[in-house]
Amino acid sequence: MSREADISGKLDWVSVLLYVAMVGLGWLNIFAAVYDETANQSIFDLSLNSGRQLMFIAAAVVIILAIIIIDMRFYEAFAYIFYAIILVVLVMVPLIGKEVGGNKSWIGVGSFGVQPSEFAKFITALAVAKFIGSVGFRMDSLRNQAVLFAMILFPLALILLQKDFGTAIVFLSFLVVFYREGMSPFILIVGISMAALAILTLIVKNQWYLHGIIGAVVVVLIFFGKRTVKRITTLIFGALILILTIESFDYVINNVLPERHKKRLEALVNPNFDPMGINWNVTQSKIAIGSGGFSGKGFLKGTQTKFDFVPEQSTDFIFCTIGEEHGWIGTLLVVTVFVFFLQRIIFIAERQKNRFARAYGYSVASIFFFHFAVNIGMTIGLFPVIGIPLPFFSYGGSALWSFTVLLFILLKLDAHRSQVLQRI
Amino acid sequence: MNEGRREIVQLVFALVGIIFIVKLFFVQVLDNRYAELADGNAILREVEYPFRGLIYDRNNKLIVYNTPEFDIQVIIKDVKNFDSARFCAVFEISREELRARFKEMKARKEYSPFKPTLFLNQLSNIDFARVQDHLDEFPGFYIQARTTRAYQSPTLANALGYVSEISKENLARDASGIYKQGDYVGQSGIESFYEEQLRGKRGVRFKLRNVKGIEKGSFKNGEYDTLSTPGANLYTGIDIDLQQYGEFLMKGKAGSIVAIEPASGEILSLVSGPSYDPSLLTGRNYSSNFKLISNDTLKPLFNRPLMAQYRPGSIFKIAQAMTALQEKVITPDTRIRCDRTIINCHGAHTNEDLRGAIANSCNPYFHNVLRRMLNKGIVNDPFEDTRIGLEEWNKHIVSFGFGKRLGIDLPNEKDGLIPTPAYYDRAYRNRPWKFSNIYSIAIGEGENLVVPIQMANFAATIANRGYYYTPHLVKAIGENGKPLPQYLERHYTTIDSSYFVIAVDAMQKVVEEGTGQYRARLADVIVCGKTGTVQNAPPLFDHSVFIAFAPRDNPKIAISVYVEDAGQGARAAASIASLMIEKYLFGGTKRPHIEQYVLNNKFE
Repeated sequence: MSREADISGKLDWVSVLLYVAMVGLGWLNIFAAVYDETANQSIFDLSLNSGRQLMFIAAAVVIILAIIIIDMRFYEAFAYIFYAIILVVLVMVPLIGKEVGGNKSWIGVGSFGVQPSEFAKFITALAVAKFIGSVGFRMDSLRNQAVLFAMILFPLALILLQKDFGTAIVFLSFLVVFYREGMSPFILIVGISMAALAILTLIVKNQWYLHGIIGAVVVVLIFFGKRTVKRITTLIFGALILILTIESFDYVINNVLPERHKKRLEALVNPNFDPMGINWNVTQSKIAIGSGGFSGKGFLKGTQTKFDFVPEQSTDFIFCTIGEEHGWIGTLLVVTVFVFFLQRIIFIAERQKNRFARAYGYSVASIFFFHFAVNIGMTIGLFPVIGIPLPFFSYGGSALWSFTVLLFILLKLDAHRSQVLQRI
Repeated sequence: MNEGRREIVQLVFALVGIIFIVKLFFVQVLDNRYAELADGNAILREVEYPFRGLIYDRNNKLIVYNTPEFDIQVIIKDVKNFDSARFCAVFEISREELRARFKEMKARKEYSPFKPTLFLNQLSNIDFARVQDHLDEFPGFYIQARTTRAYQSPTLANALGYVSEISKENLARDASGIYKQGDYVGQSGIESFYEEQLRGKRGVRFKLRNVKGIEKGSFKNGEYDTLSTPGANLYTGIDIDLQQYGEFLMKGKAGSIVAIEPASGEILSLVSGPSYDPSLLTGRNYSSNFKLISNDTLKPLFNRPLMAQYRPGSIFKIAQAMTALQEKVITPDTRIRCDRTIINCHGAHTNEDLRGAIANSCNPYFHNVLRRMLNKGIVNDPFEDTRIGLEEWNKHIVSFGFGKRLGIDLPNEKDGLIPTPAYYDRAYRNRPWKFSNIYSIAIGEGENLVVPIQMANFAATIANRGYYYTPHLVKAIGENGKPLPQYLERHYTTIDSSYFVIAVDAMQKVVEEGTGQYRARLADVIVCGKTGTVQNAPPLFDHSVFIAFAPRDNPKIAISVYVEDAGQGARAAASIASLMIEKYLFGGTKRPHIEQYVLNNKFE
């Protein structure tokens, strides 16, 4: 037991430092986001988000200590059991959950609510990693791939039922893990091109342009390359599938969807669509960030974020407050810290001596990356508005604890990496 | 096998970070548009409410128009040094009211101290003039202009309907997404039926505002602004003078007057008594007035011409006569003895032909006629025979527009009732029934029910000698609007038009020699009419009913008049109908004694 807990020398202190920095900066910005100069409030005021966030942080510290004390083998051993439990809880959430802001993803515990979907992230990561790490696992087996996809699609579908689209699609980030562990990039490429086609169909009003481009690409590929019968038929067949896909997207969008859903969808894929209507939030968010200039307006001096023009300032749009009050210097710092943090996690994952720990490390990295990319992308209009938090910065207990657990399980595994049998 | 994949993932992660940093550099450092927009400024979104379409009468006289009205909105965040005593004095509200309003406002779901929130609604022009000069004393309070309905005269309330804030239920039901909370919407009458055409399209203007709330011009030169489009004007067939005169005659009475132009189906007047002043349901006092009107025991919101169902009474005998002629069970010369043993009659007559029977409203005659029609002896079983006869009879009667709503362009039209065999099966719970059970329908009593507009339409059908156009209020939408196609279709009855000449003859005879001669006859024009006295449960008086059209040839107006609890049709209803005809054809009456008779007599 004492040997288990005494790992201070082996803990990756770089990651811990980055974690402390991000949580601390997040906390200050949550205060800035809700700050009202006339009210003379304290950052510790429990009626404010910042006061409550401090409580969440304190709880997170307790969680960290617990993770470090628990035997490292525990996480792998119980991964499937946790996974089964969380699936049952997710099934129950729509039945007993309460509705907050259009999602039914909360279950109440007294006056506090927790979002089981947040915890599903690290639990699924453990289960997926355990499966990948199991003896005799081969990624090129179709059966194994099917199991892996099922493992991420179950929680994804159940969370979709809670109408929490943002959290649901986070589970797609596991594709990066599969890729790293040997899955053919073909599925990734097809998936990304399908999504790109759907988006293009919405943005490009006349789908004949798209058909033309596809046709031209095929013609070019046929001329420059081996002109075997097989290759040419494959190319033509592929092009036909793409054109059919575009046509069916177009049909669904124009004939099946009601007009206002279509508008929502257009706004979703195209952040520059209808900037004064549906995308009013993105416009306001960009104004807030853009008005920060090079060095920002100064701590607690922002006006846009406080005027309620930007919604969810302390949760999903916390990046606006950073951008407005600390300018490009501030956003540069946050983005750099994040990218450095992600690289560090991959570095840690790669130095693991078994597949379980490595796959888990990649899960951690991909989940953080997905949140980082989607959240910041949405506030600056590079990505559709999908409500997911910025890890460690956004206000909220469930999210903070879930991200903390996610990270510290990896650090715990990493501290004991020399004790495990090599199974790579 | 997986060599290089780690590097690809790391590269992608780093690349996204670099894209963000570059994009942020553009947004934050290079592009100073955003800094201009913000730095204490904010974009103010201002809704421009469209003008609701106007409503005109057949002579292009304005009936309904718009008048400006002002809402006071407040942005709580901008309120500074608020002097509540002064505010109460300027806005003429009490301290309690002010407190209640703030409380109510903050309790609203969409409330935010940063957004403009409705504080006081519907200040009239006069209130606004008083408040306007003082508004700068109260920073944070703004004006939102919109319009409310106004009326040239206090008439036609039930046909026009009213406009008021959309209810929560309707808002939830609205799938179009056009309406927002606080929007105004037509609630009944024309305002509701033609809501889509009248409402127009909202506009939005984006304005820049500095810290002090002073407007600094439009955002991006108005690139995102949309202009409001006014609603379409409606041109109705109503003759507003005739309408006013009708309401004047109906003062103090319950009932209805419906006048139709037979050649087009356009409704000339649609009087429902008792009524209310439509301007009561506009502006700030809407809620209190609405409560008052809807709780009124005389039910002024009940649109009698369309919704009140009465038994048709003797007037129905004309339809019976037409049907019998078409079925060839009688000829115009058939004489039937006035046998008063089964059914009672009135007046001194003994053995009339068809025209005489209509003119004298002979009950035994039509009792006999219906028997011939229902029991033609097609089969031996008298029950089955009645069934077959009634089926035939129903087909003819319904073709006059009875028993089913006509499809007028107003909501809540009632069907009335013309019994079918299936109806009697239900009524008698499948016990057998035959002619002797149901003969009271012969004289328009019994199970028959009609609404006044169907009766006016019936008069128009006879005036047209066999067809009608669906009665309607609106003849065109918009300045150069064409007549609406659904109102251009002729609906023919199942009766040969040659038989209508007999009905016309008989109706002329009613006015010249029969029951209507004292009060319905006019010196300058041949009026054709028919009285009806609809039985009412004692001790109440019978309803007085009259239908008519004039002139006999090339008729210009067909009319039905119902006066509730006013006794014989020859009295109140016939007088009112003839006065209306006179007013419409000649501009006024030459018989002031009849007008006085209608106005002063209590008909009890």
